[in-house]
Amino acid sequence: MSDKKAIIKSENFCFYYGSKIGVKNISMEIYPKSVTAIIGPSGCGKSTFLRSINRINDLIANIKTKGVLLVKGHNVYDKNTNLVNLRQQVGMVFQKPNPFPKSIFDNVAYGPRLQGVKKRSYLQQIVEEKLKAAALWGEVKDELNKSALALSGGQQQRLCIARALATNPDILLMDEPCSALDPIATGKIEDLIDKLQTDYTIVIVTHNMQQAARVSERTAFFCLGELIEYDSTVKIFRNPAKKQTEDYVTGRFG
Amino acid sequence: MKNNNAQINKEPKTSSRSLALTALEDFNGFAIYHSGRFVLFAVSFNTVLIVLLIFYFVIQQGLPFFKNFDTIEFFTSKQWYPEADNPKFGALSIIFGSLYVTISALLLAVPAAILAAVFLSEIVSHKIRNYVKPVIELLAAIPSVAYGFFAVLVLAPFLQTHFGLSTGTNALNASLILSIMALPTIISVAEDSITAIGRDLREASYGLGATRFETIFKVVIPAAHSGIIAAIVLGMMRAIGETMVVWMASGNANQIPSPWWDLTQSVRTMTATIAGDMGETSKGSPHYQSLFAIGIVLLAMTFLLNIISEYFLASAGKNSRKK
Repeated sequence: MSDKKAIIKSENFCFYYGSKIGVKNISMEIYPKSVTAIIGPSGCGKSTFLRSINRINDLIANIKTKGVLLVKGHNVYDKNTNLVNLRQQVGMVFQKPNPFPKSIFDNVAYGPRLQGVKKRSYLQQIVEEKLKAAALWGEVKDELNKSALALSGGQQQRLCIARALATNPDILLMDEPCSALDPIATGKIEDLIDKLQTDYTIVIVTHNMQQAARVSERTAFFCLGELIEYDSTVKIFRNPAKKQTEDYVTGRFG
Repeated sequence: MKNNNAQINKEPKTSSRSLALTALEDFNGFAIYHSGRFVLFAVSFNTVLIVLLIFYFVIQQGLPFFKNFDTIEFFTSKQWYPEADNPKFGALSIIFGSLYVTISALLLAVPAAILAAVFLSEIVSHKIRNYVKPVIELLAAIPSVAYGFFAVLVLAPFLQTHFGLSTGTNALNASLILSIMALPTIISVAEDSITAIGRDLREASYGLGATRFETIFKVVIPAAHSGIIAAIVLGMMRAIGETMVVWMASGNANQIPSPWWDLTQSVRTMTATIAGDMGETSKGSPHYQSLFAIGIVLLAMTFLLNIISEYFLASAGKNSRKK
């Protein structure tokens, strides 16, 4: 793996909410076209780190960062970062399915429309392609004009994935995407993640260690705002180098 | 058994009390429950009763008019000569006047109010919002006669001198003042419904590369549309039912402006007609009845608007609960 060039790279990255530390001194490399999982107990900063990558944390007042967080070689916390381009290239799927209260079609078309796509036939093509990529097309192809809120939770989450894919990102951030879903819907999302990694770099934060073990190639273990261990998933779960990691993955702590 | 007793004695006394109610306790509970229920029911029923009585009274007083006089003429004729020997009761221009100033006021107030609501909920910090919003809501607490004074003593001369109008009390004056009076209602309700849109939708929009402008106008406002429509309807109710201001500011000329879009002409509204004429009529006279007939029309309009706003507020509530 490590022969590949990292697509996301952080060097001593620190994030503060006011005076409170979110994460500190995170140095890790995330490799393209693979699934990287971030695990750790609640409040360990795993979501903070993930949400720093596309700077969605900017919506919170009073934040400060230190260190470097490179996406495709550009430090995203540089003053000259184009947030629109960053977020279109780094898509995000949130913890709770959050489709817009619009039709299924308009949800997926939201991103392309922001990019200035107006032609209906082209939009239709994008919507179909992305819904297929998110394994939702078969279930909704006859009711694209129905409100997205009428879908089930699992369908809504796959719609949110399709919506994120519609801006053609390279990277897909997933912040506990299955925590609000039942096991069957979770299984579908996991299958989807497995499929998507051939085209996208996926970083997934999860509470569920089995999920991390199932879907990811590499796993990072965060605790109290620090990166404790980052290695191949097999190593983290079978033979972790640090005692803390072992305690966590074996369920003795956290 | 012995063992048990010993244990119980060590516990606080409460545990030795009987779990069954005594007959007296049972009766007291029964009495308090039912008398309390009765009092609360009576109080809340009172309000309902008052509303029903208002409806009954207005309809009872006004209905004879529709029996004794030509209903079609009432709604289609502009001839309003209630005290003439051969009285004419054409309320068209009065009904038109009410709608005219109300709609003009809304055209002024709605864009401003929505932008203000967006500003308060999206742009300024929570701290500033918490100071500004109560001040805006305070606008609703100013007595309408104070607004009327302002309309007559400040705005009317201003319109006359700066726009060369023959009279400063006209539809424009009334609309301007009404729009200010409708602002607090619309801003407050619209701001609440915009704020109620969760952070998750905003994050979804920003996460797709939307700017703040795009997020507000393509996601937040459409998602809050039920509450915003309810806010507009509530503002409309405020404007159409307002009496004192339009009485003082509209000029009270019984006419439909010609051309119809000329806001600088005087008009007369339903509310001002009722308030102005009621003192001059004798009870039970045709003129008196005709005023109640206008009251029925007004009541029907506000009732309808009320139902509409309830509908949209209910669906706004449903939407935000879904999230």
